[in-house]
Order: sequence, then structure tokens, then C-alpha cells
Amino acid sequence: MKYILLMTGTKEGVDAYKSWSEKDIQTHFAHLTNIRKDLSKSGEFVGTEGLGMPQQAKVVRAGKDSTPMTDGVFPEAKEFVLGYWIVDVETAERAYEIAALLSGGPGPGGTRLSIPIEVRQIMTRGSGELQ
Amino acid sequence: MSDGLLDSSTEHLLRELAPQVLGVVVRRFHDFADAEDAVQEALIAAASQWPREGMPDNPRAWLIQVALRRMTDQLRSELARRRRETALASELDYLAPVAEIDTHVEQDDTLILLFMCCHPALSSPSAIALTLRAVGGLTTAEIAKAFLVPEATMAQRISRAKQSIKSSGIPFRLPTDQERTQRLGAVLHVLYLIFSEGYVASIGPQAQRLELSGEAIRLTRSLHHLLPNDGEVGGLLALMLLTNARRKARTGANEELIPLDKQDRALWDQGEISEGLALITATLAKGSISAYQLQAAIAAVHSEAAKAEDTDWPQILALYELLKHMSNNPMVMLNHAIATAMVRGPSEGLRLLTVLDEGARLTGHHRLAAVRAYLLEMAGDSSGATAHYRLAAEWTSSLPERNYLLTQVARLSERS
Repeated sequence: MKYILLMTGTKEGVDAYKSWSEKDIQTHFAHLTNIRKDLSKSGEFVGTEGLGMPQQAKVVRAGKDSTPMTDGVFPEAKEFVLGYWIVDVETAERAYEIAALLSGGPGPGGTRLSIPIEVRQIMTRGSGELQ
Repeated sequence: MSDGLLDSSTEHLLRELAPQVLGVVVRRFHDFADAEDAVQEALIAAASQWPREGMPDNPRAWLIQVALRRMTDQLRSELARRRRETALASELDYLAPVAEIDTHVEQDDTLILLFMCCHPALSSPSAIALTLRAVGGLTTAEIAKAFLVPEATMAQRISRAKQSIKSSGIPFRLPTDQERTQRLGAVLHVLYLIFSEGYVASIGPQAQRLELSGEAIRLTRSLHHLLPNDGEVGGLLALMLLTNARRKARTGANEELIPLDKQDRALWDQGEISEGLALITATLAKGSISAYQLQAAIAAVHSEAAKAEDTDWPQILALYELLKHMSNNPMVMLNHAIATAMVRGPSEGLRLLTVLDEGARLTGHHRLAAVRAYLLEMAGDSSGATAHYRLAAEWTSSLPERNYLLTQVARLSERS
């Protein structure tokens, strides 16, 4: 079963991150890199990407004649997707376990974070029965 | 293979030869994990050289030579390394030159390899991956693509599978008589999983994916060839063929699911149906009855009905009664409830579902909600049916299924 683990953050959290020390940033990314390596070794890794800062984000809607109407930054939004992981696991519990690892990475000064990770199952294209 | 230059008959030949070649190399070097890598390299070499240089006179011997050479080279460099470290004596001498190795061993080790790759010590994803590579002769890239995961991830699954085989000390021989039933059950289960993966994934924009159900049928066919008198093997092959026969009819123009009773039966593959029917008739005649045979027998009854209304439900119900005693799979109970409703009316079917509610194994399962919705509609309870179709749509993890369930909701609300 494939799951997407969406790391989300608030505007405050993203702003605070911009003043992390170099060491804190490196420690945090080393933590994420290790998780990726472990998932690859266990045969569960499918993909991961980080997303651009929320300040770069645009909301697009179809305008008249389907021309794109873009909205700029949306400071009123409370949460932003910061990045995602896709894993292929045998149970939902295993997906939650991985999400908790991602959530609890080291923050400033080595304090343990608790970043919200939204866990969503990726729909399959099949119908589950043979009869 | 992966480079696309091979014609399909050569590709088929390579896949057929893969387990035979592997058997020879394992017997020579007693190291399954390394032998499997060497054979994989030989297959890849064949896929790139044969289209360019022409097919060798004896493809099997060619593959064995190349694989043995890889093994020898690897061992030589390993021994050279150890000699540098420990000044080992002339161990190299025991490695005969490749040309002297007899490549005409007639023994077919496919069966041993299947038992090995599907050993219960392996997790299902590992066993599936290893079986497709070691017995199916597929490349890691092809298997990765079929399961929509990166090649590196699939390579890890395969090497973990080999590691489990190594650490659990599984010998390279057929299981003993005492182990045989359980071990064969594990093999059939892996083949069944490969088939289902291919069958359920056959919808949608993934036409380029390796055709896994076809691979499962091919592997089960070769197993049936090796064990022609085993009813379970014949039953599984029949079940696959009879199910696969409906492939073209099960989706519409917009990839929407079409349930069995609405399918255009003219689209069913008559070749696969007659082969499946002949197989199931032959295996049932031999006396023993297994769960796969019963499921195949049920599929056979469906395939014999020219129209959905002609379906012999009393016979299907009788088969599910038997199956229920053999398997405690809750899906069997659900299908039994449907068959009961078709024969004795929806309220009898619904009564059986309440028993399943108490079991808790299907709590929150979309199939339970979907079957309940179907039976409620049969019983004339439109609003109950709508509510349960909605629940099922929330719970399913399949996109085409969700669309199907929501169209049932729409159909019922338009009617009211």
C-alpha cells in the first residue's frame, strides 16, 4: 500500500526556520537523509521532494476563457505543505511509524520537533476482488 | 527485455531459460544469492548482444557459460583479495576453466527455485520480487516498473529476500514430504498475489507496465507442467485463466468498472475460458478438492452463463458452502452472502452480513458496506442502499471502485 506523508508547517514555523543555525539545519537534514536511506534499504522508499517556500506559492483558478488567474501569497492560510514522502508499506501502522520519525526530527539546539505530518493513502487503480 | 530490441519470442525464451540456467549455476557454486546475480547479468548480456550478434546456436549453453564466467571472475577476485590478506594457498585451482563445465545437465530446477523464492520465511513483497526475477527471468527494472517503485527500492527488496534465504539456511532441494503441503501453499499464494496485482492494476494509464497477470499465468503453467497431478496447482491455473478471460469486459470506455452482471460477455476470451474449463474439470475428476479449485469452479459456473440471468446461483451457493468450510477468509463469507441472497432472497443475505459485523474483521471494510448496499437495494431499501454505497466510497482505496460506488449513489438518488 502506498502512502503519501505530507509535512505541513505554519507561517510562524517557516519564519522561525529562517533563523535556525547552520548546525541545526544540517542536523535536521542529516536526520531526513538517514530516514530516506533506511527506507530505501527496507525496500519501502518510493519518492520524496521538498517544496519551495510558501512565499513563492500561487493559487491558480480558471478565469474567463480558462485563462489562469493567479493569487499571490496567501498569508491568511494557516498551514502549508512543506514537502512529501511516498512510501510503499505493508500496513497503515508502518506508515504512521515513518510519519512519526519524520515529525520528530531535531530542531534548534537539538530539541525534538513535532511537525504535523498528514498521512494519506494513495488510491490504487484496481478493484480489489477477483470473483 | 528492457532495451526493447528483443523480439517477443526471444524474450520468452530468455524467461523460460532463466530458472534452468540458475539451477545449473547454483548446483555448481552452492551460493544462491551470487548465482542469481550472475544469471541476471547473463540475461542482460543476452538481451543486448543477441539482437546485435545473432542468436547463439545453443542459447541455454550460452547463458550458462556467461553466468559461470561471471561467477568464476567474481570468485577469483574474491580469492585474490583474501590471498592478499591471508596468504591463502592455491584455492584458485578448484575453479575449472569454464569450457570444461558440462552445460548439458537435463535436470530442471524450476520447482526447487520456486519453493526457495516463496519460502514462508520471506515477506510477501520480497517473495514476489525474488520469484519474478529468479524464476521469471525479469530484470529488476521491469519488476520495479510493474510495482511503480524506484529500481533501487526493488533491488533492496530482492537483496533482502536473498539475505533471508541465506540466514535461514534454506537448503537447495525439494521440501520433505512433511513440509510439502505447507510449502506448496506458500508458492501458490505468491503466484496468486502476482496475478491479483496484475489483474487489479490493469485499469488506467499504465498500459506500459509489465503484464503481471500474464507472468503469473506463465509461471503457474510451468508449475502445472511440473506437477500435472496436483489439483491445487491445476485449480489455481484454472482460476487465473477464467478470471483473466473477463479482462476486456470489466472496464468501459472511460475506464469505469463494469460489474460481472453488467459485462458484455461477448468480450470474454473464449480461448482462456475453454482452457480453464478443461483444467478445472480434469482436476475435479481426480477427487481432491482445494480452495483454489472451488474458486475456479465458481468462476467456471459464471463463465458458462451466456447471460447474467442464466447464472446457476444454486450451484454457486453450494460451492461457497464448501469453500466456507475450507477457508476463513472474510471475503469468502461476503461472496457467500451474495450467493445466498441470489438464491434465497436479500433478507437471508443481509442476515449473514450481521454475523460478519460481529466478527469485527471487516469493520470499516468497503466491501462489507458495498455488499450490504447491493443487498439493501435488492430488498427495496433505497435510502439504506445509498447510505452504504456512500460509506463504501469513503472506505475504498481504489479510485475506479470509488467512482463506481458513487455512480451507484447517483443512480439511486436520480430514481427517487
